[in-house]
Amino acid sequence: MNILASQASRRVLGLGLLSGGFILFAGVIGMVAAFHEREIVDDFISLGQVLLLGSPFITSYLMAARLTETGEDPPVILAGGALIGLLTALPTVILLLFNSDEYRYLLDASLKIIPFVAASYLAWKSHAQGNETRQVAATWLVAALLIGIVSFGFALIFEVKGDLRGVLVNVDRDWVEVVTFDHRRELWTGIGLLLAASAGAGLAGVIMRILPDIPRRALLYGLGVTLLVGAFGETVRLILQENLDRDTLREIFRRDTLRQNAAAVLFIVSTLAGFLWAMFGGRAQSEFAALDDSRRHTMRNLGMLLFAALLLALPWLIGRTLSDVAVTIGIFVLMGLGLNIAIGLAGLLDLGYVTNYAVGAYILAVLTSIGPLGLFKGSFTFWMVIPVALLAAMFAGFIFAVPVLRMRGDYLAIATLGFGEIIGKLALSDWLKPLIGGAQGVQNIPKPFLFATELKNPEQLYYIVLVASLVTLFVSIRLNNSRTGRQWMAIREDEDVATAMGIDTARAKLLAFTLSAATGGVAGAIFAAKVGTVFPNSFTVFISINVLSLIIVGGIASNPGIVVGAVVLIGMPELLREFSDFRFLMYGALLILMMINRPQGLIPSKLVMHEAHAGAKPKLSAGD
Amino acid sequence: MALLEVKDIHTYYGNIHALKGISFEVDSGEIIALIGSNGAGKTTTLRTISGLMAPREGSIIYGGREISAMRADLLVLRGISMVPEGRGVFAKLTVEENLDMGAYIRSDGRVAEDLNSGYAMFPRLKERRKQFAGTLSGGEQQMLAIARALMSKPRLLLLDEPSMGLAPVLVDVVFEAIQRIASEGVTILLVEQNAHMALQIADRGYVLQSGEVAFSDTAASLQRNEIVQKTYLGID
Repeated sequence: MNILASQASRRVLGLGLLSGGFILFAGVIGMVAAFHEREIVDDFISLGQVLLLGSPFITSYLMAARLTETGEDPPVILAGGALIGLLTALPTVILLLFNSDEYRYLLDASLKIIPFVAASYLAWKSHAQGNETRQVAATWLVAALLIGIVSFGFALIFEVKGDLRGVLVNVDRDWVEVVTFDHRRELWTGIGLLLAASAGAGLAGVIMRILPDIPRRALLYGLGVTLLVGAFGETVRLILQENLDRDTLREIFRRDTLRQNAAAVLFIVSTLAGFLWAMFGGRAQSEFAALDDSRRHTMRNLGMLLFAALLLALPWLIGRTLSDVAVTIGIFVLMGLGLNIAIGLAGLLDLGYVTNYAVGAYILAVLTSIGPLGLFKGSFTFWMVIPVALLAAMFAGFIFAVPVLRMRGDYLAIATLGFGEIIGKLALSDWLKPLIGGAQGVQNIPKPFLFATELKNPEQLYYIVLVASLVTLFVSIRLNNSRTGRQWMAIREDEDVATAMGIDTARAKLLAFTLSAATGGVAGAIFAAKVGTVFPNSFTVFISINVLSLIIVGGIASNPGIVVGAVVLIGMPELLREFSDFRFLMYGALLILMMINRPQGLIPSKLVMHEAHAGAKPKLSAGD
Repeated sequence: MALLEVKDIHTYYGNIHALKGISFEVDSGEIIALIGSNGAGKTTTLRTISGLMAPREGSIIYGGREISAMRADLLVLRGISMVPEGRGVFAKLTVEENLDMGAYIRSDGRVAEDLNSGYAMFPRLKERRKQFAGTLSGGEQQMLAIARALMSKPRLLLLDEPSMGLAPVLVDVVFEAIQRIASEGVTILLVEQNAHMALQIADRGYVLQSGEVAFSDTAASLQRNEIVQKTYLGID
């Protein structure tokens, strides 16, 4: 009783059940089985198993961090880690038993017993609070009745459906195979393995946390690198394929999976690297800081030069498939930079950004297509039409901005959301069908030519996106540091005060919407040329939401943040196809976690960083 | 001739009749106080004059021209500068950048000089010139808002509740500064709930009551007026 009441054990119990609930949930929605298909290390561990073991590992790690702070003894913490591991497995074990033919009766039995147990517990609680006997009895009766009805309902469903699979479709053979570590037939061996592995992961999490700083950082680094390379095996193999001969590649990968030897070498090397960095990294940083300005400047420039060279050489390093992904990321970077002019610089929450994207794409499609809907049958080229798409998108941005100029904040967001929907419906409409093809869209859009070369590969299209992004980046940096940028800043902070400074807010907002639209148009045109066809269903509200999310995840008003945000939110799902069904689930979870732990974004802009800082610190001067 | 002449203006918030025919005059070089309780229409009057709201009826004549239909940002160019209620400093800019924003409309090369005269008026701002305005205390923010409004070289300065939320010591500092600004030739229209302070520095005062001018007089006689003493100065 005493142990149960202590805060440490309550924390362990709570965290363990949370972790267990997560694993059960992941299994029931099919995530565990789907992730199992991606092997991280050949014949050793899969992504599904990493999920199963990662949950107790991370939970124990966090638990150990908290309990060391409150001064618990290492043996207690170790026991807590093992307990978290067992608790993580517990819900899964129960579901396994309920699902098996031999122990199905346990489900029946517990459905019958649960109402009584639960009601008795509640009645006992009520008694402990000092309620009268009559009230305690009433509590018991009502609880037993209500929980009984629910329980009876479940029993009936299982009766009708025959087994659990009828209700929980993902609790199938594949799931059982994963959670029992391929011991579907010997159920108890499987359960034992699951409990042991989970408890081991919990222990490992604790041990990792109580290790001294340097080995811990080294090991975490090694583990992280190995898992990442394993998880993105296909991507890594595609990159290596460009640069290694086939035999060496075969030593490292079996198809897309890291071989055990290669994984071991990778783990050792990256742990060593992590060790060296943990030992000497701090010193290197301080030495860099101690350099005099001009030399530091040279080193920075050297770094920039290297980065530029990497950007230029990228398609040749990563090959065709990944270049295709890079182009998609680039299109979103372009849109992110554009939308950031409205949201980040001028503070105008525009949720209809897809409008500009669609206008750009359709303009390019109609003007250059050599198909039946092409107006000029190919006599206009990509390069001639790009400025037209840009101007058309600016015009659309202008037209849509005029009616919403007087709106602020939430109202503006909702109105622009409506515009995005209007564009989608217009593209599908019968009215515009003779012009833009309705649901069939516009086809046969030729690829751009550079002199006599057709830019038909993603490796070549990459450069168009790169140049467009760099131009946009340059323009938006210059704008931000200009008089116009100051107008936008003032409007973002307070529109009334901006007016009181003598700023024509209507004009400044129109300018922000119009310029922001321009890049959207270019992005749409490049997209149309890349894909070769334009369909209405490419232009949904999800484009707007995606662009907004990548800005927020990267860090609002931060240009490097936009690139990182695009890589994380657009690139990752492309690379990890096993995630595809669970993409939005993970997307949502990621966004929630981000907003809790890092509301300023992955790479926050200096201004926002200051803001977050000022909120955390007490004000510098005494209040009046 | 009066610098500002407000004639029978009616301003509405949707269907709510906020100003029911307010008229008053401000002569060049004067300090005029508009006093009154919450909801009397003081802030609405200032917002109407500065162009943030448009009157449905009546006229506002400034420097001999009708301005009631003119946009707020253009009025700044004509020399009307406002310090909004609640100060409205740009929290994420430094003190100096805030002052620069105040000189937004100017293209002459003497902004740096005026920056220094602003710092001379409020030395505390100079100490904190590289600090973000959001980290200043309320009193310092008020000083910054006033100094910023002066950066546009106004002829008429509209001040909305400069004493709001300030400690008595700082109220004195702010009001001294207002007097000094007036002595340099800037006409001041001051809206205050702190009638006591406002009437001490003002030349004349108007008492507003539910959207109308209840009465007006020189500041000295208003201070002696029994009704004013009872209602606004808390003297029985």
